[in-house]
Amino acid sequence: MQGIEVLFMGNNMLRLLSGLWVTIRISLISIGFSLILGTLLGAVMTSKNPVVKAVCRVYLEIVRIMPQLVWLFVVFFGVTKLTGLNLGGETSAVIVFTIWGAAEMGDLVRGAFLAIPRHQFESSLSLGLSKTQMYVFIIFPQAIRGLIPNVINLSTRMIKTTALVSLIGVTEVLKVGKQIIDANRFEYPNAAIWVYAAIFFMYFLICFPLSMASRALTKKQQGGE
Amino acid sequence: MDFEFIKKFTPMYVEAARLTLIIGVIGISLSAVIGLLCALAKYYRIPVARQIASAYIELSRNTPLIVQLFFLYFGLPKAGIVWSSETCGIIGLAFLGGSYMAESFLGGLKSVGKIQIESAESLGFRRLQTMRYIVAPQAASTSVPAICANVIFLLKETSVFSAVSLADLMYVAKDLIGMYYNTWEALLMLVAAYLVLILPISIVFTVLERRLRRAGN
Repeated sequence: MQGIEVLFMGNNMLRLLSGLWVTIRISLISIGFSLILGTLLGAVMTSKNPVVKAVCRVYLEIVRIMPQLVWLFVVFFGVTKLTGLNLGGETSAVIVFTIWGAAEMGDLVRGAFLAIPRHQFESSLSLGLSKTQMYVFIIFPQAIRGLIPNVINLSTRMIKTTALVSLIGVTEVLKVGKQIIDANRFEYPNAAIWVYAAIFFMYFLICFPLSMASRALTKKQQGGE
Repeated sequence: MDFEFIKKFTPMYVEAARLTLIIGVIGISLSAVIGLLCALAKYYRIPVARQIASAYIELSRNTPLIVQLFFLYFGLPKAGIVWSSETCGIIGLAFLGGSYMAESFLGGLKSVGKIQIESAESLGFRRLQTMRYIVAPQAASTSVPAICANVIFLLKETSVFSAVSLADLMYVAKDLIGMYYNTWEALLMLVAAYLVLILPISIVFTVLERRLRRAGN
């Protein structure tokens, strides 16, 4: 069971962490885009127009029903083949996770908007606010409170899902781990168990505080009401 | 679009889908068992078991399945534990799913009001009877939507198994892309295969949920 030294040899730990940063960066960018697009989508989804509603619903269901890995393959291999455009692994990942995140975020925002009492909408309109003003100044500030724990949960889900990008050739933490294991194959044949355990705990250390925060916020909000 | 290609390789996808389904069903059933045990340990506040269940739930919920699988498939053999990729897939899925199932079951159990339990006790029900006749039936119907969502989520997660060289749908698709370069046909069949697998389950669950909601009100 030896081989734990491998983790601390040379700059191995630093390399693992920089590999982790690649996935975190992809998730942060995708989460950022999803927040913006998802909020807009959520507002659109509350529309009464049946066509708009149906289109949003179909979009959400299509994105949800496929495993994210399938979408990564479709964009990474398929779009390249179709358009001749050479999308990198990271770009494909950001596209896929943004499309997925925006759909999930839109659904959360829709739920939060619908939870706001109707009279808030009606009062703001009767006070002469425009639709945009109503959403920006009245609805969104009230919705955001209940939204935050859900958004944190979605973020942890996205961070966990970005671990898949190693399968479309992005050199992230799992790939770096494999490189370290292969480089030390002869001196430290047992390195694999330590490297993968280290990666396991790295993800845990990122996602666990986020889950705790989300749970604490939910509890606080439920207790306060 | 090369239809000959599609016709020729459809059996491969069917075979892979069967494998995905078998491993998915076994893994999900195991995860339901683990989840139920954890939920009961937490519900009855059984010392030690409760802490173990909590630690397990946090560990499993806050890490990606692919990392868990890599640890099982590439890491553990170094400690002398060698599992086939099928076993790794089943264990990985059960490990991940157990925590999600536990949360759903626990949510259902906790949704049964205290007054119900107190009434049962005052009517002379024993603890096991209270669980069997009062708590469990109500908890089951409230936790069904969450459990259905988990089943679909876990079935989708099986797509990761190709990373530990299990010949599932993703694996077949990647293989065909690599060998014949018929990217679109291979991807189209991949999407179709997952639709065929998941869409019917999703529809059945939606109907089930709607009926339960009507029964609840």
